[in-house]
Amino acid sequence: MNVRVAGLLALIWVPLVVYVMFRPFLGALGSYLLLPAIPAVILLYVTAVHRWRESWMALLGVTLVCFWLLMAVSAPFLPLPDPNKPIAPYLAPGSIRNGVEFLLGSDMRGRDVLARDLWGCQRVLVWGVTATAVAYAVGGGFGLIGGYLGGWWDEIVSFGGNVLLSFPVMVLFILVLNLFGQSGFNIIIAVTCSSAPVIMRIVRGLALDAKSRDYILAAQTRGEHPLWIILVEMLPNVRAPIIVDACLRLGYTTVAITTLTFLGLGLQPPDPDWGLMIKEAATAAMLWKYSYMLIVPALSVSSLILGFNLIADGLREMSLRD
Amino acid sequence: MANLIARRAAQMLLIMLTVSLLLFAIFDSDQFRRKVAVAELGGFGVATLSDADYQDWLQKKGLNRPFLARYGEWLGAVVHGDLGRSLEKDIPVSTLLKESLANTAVLALFVFLIMIPVALTLGVLAGMNEGSTLDRIISFTAVMTTSIPQIATAVLLTVALSLGLGWVPTKSAMTDGWSFRELVLPLLTLLLYEVGYLTRMTRAAMSDVMGSDYIRTAILKGLPYWRVIVRHALRNALIVPVTLIFLELNGLLSQVVVIEVFFQYGGFGRMLFDAANFGDLQVLEAATLVAVCVAVLSQLLSDAAYAALNPRVRFT
Repeated sequence: MNVRVAGLLALIWVPLVVYVMFRPFLGALGSYLLLPAIPAVILLYVTAVHRWRESWMALLGVTLVCFWLLMAVSAPFLPLPDPNKPIAPYLAPGSIRNGVEFLLGSDMRGRDVLARDLWGCQRVLVWGVTATAVAYAVGGGFGLIGGYLGGWWDEIVSFGGNVLLSFPVMVLFILVLNLFGQSGFNIIIAVTCSSAPVIMRIVRGLALDAKSRDYILAAQTRGEHPLWIILVEMLPNVRAPIIVDACLRLGYTTVAITTLTFLGLGLQPPDPDWGLMIKEAATAAMLWKYSYMLIVPALSVSSLILGFNLIADGLREMSLRD
Repeated sequence: MANLIARRAAQMLLIMLTVSLLLFAIFDSDQFRRKVAVAELGGFGVATLSDADYQDWLQKKGLNRPFLARYGEWLGAVVHGDLGRSLEKDIPVSTLLKESLANTAVLALFVFLIMIPVALTLGVLAGMNEGSTLDRIISFTAVMTTSIPQIATAVLLTVALSLGLGWVPTKSAMTDGWSFRELVLPLLTLLLYEVGYLTRMTRAAMSDVMGSDYIRTAILKGLPYWRVIVRHALRNALIVPVTLIFLELNGLLSQVVVIEVFFQYGGFGRMLFDAANFGDLQVLEAATLVAVCVAVLSQLLSDAAYAALNPRVRFT
């Protein structure tokens, strides 16, 4: 992860997060925030293809993920009907009504399925990645503390993690979302509660392993502050397995968010979202004739998660080869 | 081994105590009490309820006493084998729990019966010749089926098998008695993921073993190929998959939630979801205790299987 890739990611991420989380305050000018992110996605894709060209799994994965990223940042500029505007319900794919073509039909409230599907990836990507990042910050922090400091710190941190892990995941989600209310920000808390203990275990194991290495001993002998040792000496050296795990976890988080929304616990209507689309179609249109309403979001979410998993597999394969 | 069991049991009890206390503390908040009230009396009923009447209702339900006292009472009852009554359905929790666990056990039994032979065979076939066409096909299919989230699998299977072909009913509520046809969709949804996962793990273990020196020696000294596979490779390659099968017991328990809710199958996951949504504390407590028990037991079984299969490992 060099400076350029980090810069590109920031260029995509910051506008997207601001746009999705604070759209009501931005007004009409908000969508122009996303303009610079479009070339950034393309540049990121080119960089990734160049670097991972030896693994077809990683290439396929990054193609899928970058496709959805591109859709997320360019959704406001695409010639699509408003995803929240009811036009005519239950239109079959390909029909034309009022001069608008519904390539993938319209749903039971008369909204364009294609527009909802493409807009839907924004919410999943933004909340999924943010939740994973927060879970990593929390879990990684505790893991480094437990692994590096050891002793009582380790006991306390590990027991806390075990308690959280022993809740069935769904109970944990429902408890957190009922306790704090159902919104994107609380999904972050819920995902953190369920993922952070697992991340903590992984990072703790890596830190325990790194602790016995000579370079840590050298830093300790130099008299460096523990925080410096953890952040500057240890973190860069345990990076590789963490990146692979992060890709897998992005997939898990996407699954969790879609599932929660499907169960009616996560992101709230009316904004488009894949879990919501499945939920609405599954309650209102359980017929073969209308199955496109179910298939489109199901395939979309599957392709995004497949992308994350293929990147993780490809990276692992490449790291084993070296 | 006895030492290990004792330590795990102690750990389990400690976690159970902490978790159950936490649940009581969380459900003591006014928010959750209101939720129970809304669920029982209706939103309008609660809105028009005067404060005194609300207090009366709490009194009647026994929800207004300090949660530590209620926790102590509940703990005492549980030790004597009484899990309390469900707030939502007003039947003993143990009856509810038994029924839903039995339903999920049926589902899990079929999953394991099909998953174990299929996944182990596919995984061994793929791992035997790493990089072969067969390996590529099996590996990619396994990545695909494990990548598709279960909610999407459920949707796609329903569309194809139920809406399209009309072979099986869309829902599995089993209202007219037990029927295998209603079990097909939830079973297939679970299997697609589970088989893919176990296949990947078996393939990784098998290809690892096939690259080792002792297999090369066995092949070079002229043993028949099938004999090398069956006598030398399999015994080592199957250690990790077998331990994973036991761990899947626990994984299954949280995976069934989505599937049982989607297909309206009356199992453990659905009970858990309903109880957590309703605020049915007694049911939730019992379900969580069962979940913790299963988690610790499956871990213990998997460790025991590992020790039994791998003569190099001994627990102290």
